[in-house]
Amino acid sequence: MADALQPLTLPGAAAPVRGRWLRAIPVATLLLFLGPIAAGLIGTWLPAFGYLPALGGESFGLGPWVELAAYPGLGSSLRLTLVSGLLASLASFALAVSFLATCYKTRAFFLLRRLLAPLLSMPHVALAIGLAFLIAPSGWLARLISPGLTGWERPLDLAIVQDPHGLALALGLALKELPFLLLMMLGAIGQTRADQRLAVARTLGYGPVMAWIKTVLPAIYPQIRLPVYAVIAYSLSVVDMAMILAPATPPPLAVLVFRWFHDPELSLRFLGAAGATLQLVLVAAAIGIWHLGERLAVRLGRRWLFAGGRGHSGPWLPRGVAALVSLCVGLSIAGMLGLAVWSFARRWRYPEALPSEWSLDNWLRQSDGLLWAGGTTLLVGLAAAGIALVLVLGCLENEKRHGLHPTGRILWLLYLPLLVPQVAFLFGAQVIAVRFGFDGGWAAVVWSHLLFVLPYVFLALAEPFRALDERYTRSALCLGARPGRVFWTVKLPMLLRPLLFALAVGFAVSVAQYLPTLFAGAGRFVTLTTEAVSLSTGGDRRVIAVYAFLQALLPLVAFSLALLIPAWLFRHRRDMKVIE
Amino acid sequence: MTWPRLAGALELHQIGLELNGRPLLGPLDLAVAPGEIVTLMGPSGSGKSSLLALICGTLDPAFRSSGEIRLDGSDLAALPPERRRVGILFQDDLLFPHLSVAENLAFGVPPWVRGRKARRQKVREALAKADLAGFGDRDPATLSGGQRARVALMRTLLAEPRALLLDEPFSKLDVALRARFRRFVFDHARAEGLPTLLVTHDPADAEATGGTVLRLGEDPAAEAAPAAPALSKATGG
Repeated sequence: MADALQPLTLPGAAAPVRGRWLRAIPVATLLLFLGPIAAGLIGTWLPAFGYLPALGGESFGLGPWVELAAYPGLGSSLRLTLVSGLLASLASFALAVSFLATCYKTRAFFLLRRLLAPLLSMPHVALAIGLAFLIAPSGWLARLISPGLTGWERPLDLAIVQDPHGLALALGLALKELPFLLLMMLGAIGQTRADQRLAVARTLGYGPVMAWIKTVLPAIYPQIRLPVYAVIAYSLSVVDMAMILAPATPPPLAVLVFRWFHDPELSLRFLGAAGATLQLVLVAAAIGIWHLGERLAVRLGRRWLFAGGRGHSGPWLPRGVAALVSLCVGLSIAGMLGLAVWSFARRWRYPEALPSEWSLDNWLRQSDGLLWAGGTTLLVGLAAAGIALVLVLGCLENEKRHGLHPTGRILWLLYLPLLVPQVAFLFGAQVIAVRFGFDGGWAAVVWSHLLFVLPYVFLALAEPFRALDERYTRSALCLGARPGRVFWTVKLPMLLRPLLFALAVGFAVSVAQYLPTLFAGAGRFVTLTTEAVSLSTGGDRRVIAVYAFLQALLPLVAFSLALLIPAWLFRHRRDMKVIE
Repeated sequence: MTWPRLAGALELHQIGLELNGRPLLGPLDLAVAPGEIVTLMGPSGSGKSSLLALICGTLDPAFRSSGEIRLDGSDLAALPPERRRVGILFQDDLLFPHLSVAENLAFGVPPWVRGRKARRQKVREALAKADLAGFGDRDPATLSGGQRARVALMRTLLAEPRALLLDEPFSKLDVALRARFRRFVFDHARAEGLPTLLVTHDPADAEATGGTVLRLGEDPAAEAAPAAPALSKATGG
C-alpha cells in the first residue's frame, strides 16, 4: 500500500512549468512602469536641491527653494492652483454622487450611461478649447443670444475665460472629470449588488435617495477612493487645460513649472525642479486632507446612518441634479459642435449666430500639418494602446492560470502614474533619458504614453476578464485544447468587445497626452495635442478648431469602431450581444 | 494489499481535499469500471464539484489535494488537463457563444482525426446522433435547452474521452426533458464504455443510474447506499 500513498499535489504539478514566460510579464510591467517614475522623481529632486552636474550644479543647497519662495506671484499661483483644483474635484465628486443618488435607474441615468463613452473619449485639450470658444465673451453662447437678448453689438470686455480665480479652468476640469467618476462609480456599483441593497432599504421605509446614500455609497466608496485621488492630483497639476483656460500671469503652479523647464535660460531648471517638487507636496497634502475628510465623514456618517432618518425628498431634487448634469454634458457636446462649426467657417462676424460663409479652406490649408500631426498621434496612440493591451492581457492571464488573487496594494501601484503629478517627474525622467541617449525617439515617446495608458487599459479590461466564466476555460481544456489555444480561440473572441473597448480607451488616453510628448519627445514630436495647445495662444480660431476637432474625432472613431466591429462580427451570435 | 487495477477504469485512491487548511473531503477510495455509472451525492460545499475538478486537472490552486488518481492504470497527476482525456459536463451547457453549433462540435474533434473531410464527417455524425442533422450552421443561442444539452454531450464525446464526469448536468432542465436527456447521456456513456462519475442533488438521477451511490459529508455509519460494492467507500468532513 505504501507505494500508492505518496502525497501528491495533483493539479498544479504540471501547470506552472508551462507558461513560464507569462510569469515574467507582471514583473516586467511593473518595472516598465515604476522605473521611469522613481527615476524621474529622483531626477527632479536632485536639481531641486542644486545638484545637476550637466548644468553646473555640483553641490547640494537650498538655493532653488530660496529663489522659488522669492518668486513674485508665487502666492497667487498657489491660490489659483488650489481654488481651481479643489473646486473642480469637489464639484465633480459631489455632482457624480448626487446624480447617482437621485437619478439611479431613471431615464436620465440610462441616457447618460450611453453618452459616457463619447464623453470620456474627448481629449482634455479639445474640451478646453471647445469650452473656451463657447463661453468666451465673443464665444458661441454670446453670439446665439446677441444682440437680440443682450443688446451687445461687440463682445463684452470681461475675462470669462482665463479669469483671475481660475473658475473657467475649474469648470473645464469638472466637465472632464464628471464622466470619469461616473464610470468608476458604475463599475463599483456593478460589483455590489446595489439593486438588492436598495430594495431592502426601500422596503424598510427609506426614501430612494437616502437608501442610495446609506446603503450603496458606503459600499462603493472604497473602490472609488483611488479614482477620486487621481482626480484631485490631476486637477491640481494640469498643464494643458490650464494653458488654455487659466490666466497667464500668474498661471497655476504647474504651468509656471512647465515654463521654467522650457525656458531658454537653462539656470531656471533648478527653479523648475524646486517648483515641481512643491507641486508634488501640494498634491500629496491635498490627498492627505481629503483622506482625513473621509475618516471624519465615516465617523460622523456612522452615527447618522444609525439614526434611522428615512429622508423623503420631493421630486425637485432629482430634477435639479439631472438639470445640472445635463448642463455639464450639454456644454461638453456643444463645445465639440462649436469646434466643428469653427473649423468649417470662412467668415463669422461677432454677433452672428452662425458663420455667414462656410468652406473647407481651413482644413485644406492645414492638410500637411494635419497629416503629420495626425499621423504621429495615430502611430503613437496605436503603439502605446497595443503594447498596453498585450501587457495587461499577459498579467491577467498569468493571474488566472496561477490562481493569484491580487491585493489592493497592486492597485495602488497601478494608480501611481495617475497620482504623481506629471510635471513632478517628467523632467527628471527626461534628464535621465538624455543621460542614456534615450530621449527624443519614438520609443521614448511611446513609453512615456504607456505610463498613463496602461492603468486605464488595465481598469477597462480587468473586470470583464475576471468575470468570464471559468468553466468555459475548463470545458475547453477538458476537450483537449492547450491553454494557449484556449486563450486565443475561446477567451479572446469571447472578450472581443471589452478588449476593443480597452484598446479604444488606451488610444484616447494617448491622444490626449501633452506633457509626456513634449518631455520624452524632446520637443521634436508634433501631435494634434501639442499643435492645438501651441496654436491656442495665437489668434485664428478656425485653425485652432481644425486641430482640436480632429483631436477629438480620432478617439471618437476609435470608440465607434470598438462598438461596431464586434457587433458586425457577431451579428449572427445572439449571446454575444451586450445585455443591458 | 494492492488496490484493484482495472483496464479502462477510473480509480481514486485515498483522495483528500483541503481548502485553507480545512479538510473538505476524504480520504476517498473509489473505482469506476468502464461503462459503470457511480453517483456522488452530498450537500453543497461537500467538495463534490472540487473532486471532479481535481480529476480533470482544473482544480483551483487554493485547494490542496492528496492521493492518487488512475485512469486505465496510468497516473493522471503528471498530465495537464488537456492531455488527461477526461470529459466533463457542467450544469450549464457552456457552448461557446461565439461559435456555430458545428464549430462548437469541431472544437472537440481531436487533432489525430486528420483532414478537413474526416473532421467534418465526425461533426456530421455527431449532429445526426444528437438528432440535430442540418443544425450545424445555427447559432447555439437559437437552440432549445434540450438541443443545447445534446450538443454539449456530443462535443464532449467527440474529444474521445476515456472517462466522463457529470457535474449536475440535468439540474437546469425541466422535468420532462430531464429524464430524456439523462437516458441519452447514460446510453452514450455505456455504449462507449466510459467510466462515469455523476455528481447530483437529485435522488431521481441517482436512481436512474441503477448503480452505486456514494454520499459525501455524512456519517459513514448512516450511509445507506443501496448497491455499494465492497471496494467503494466514502467518508467526508
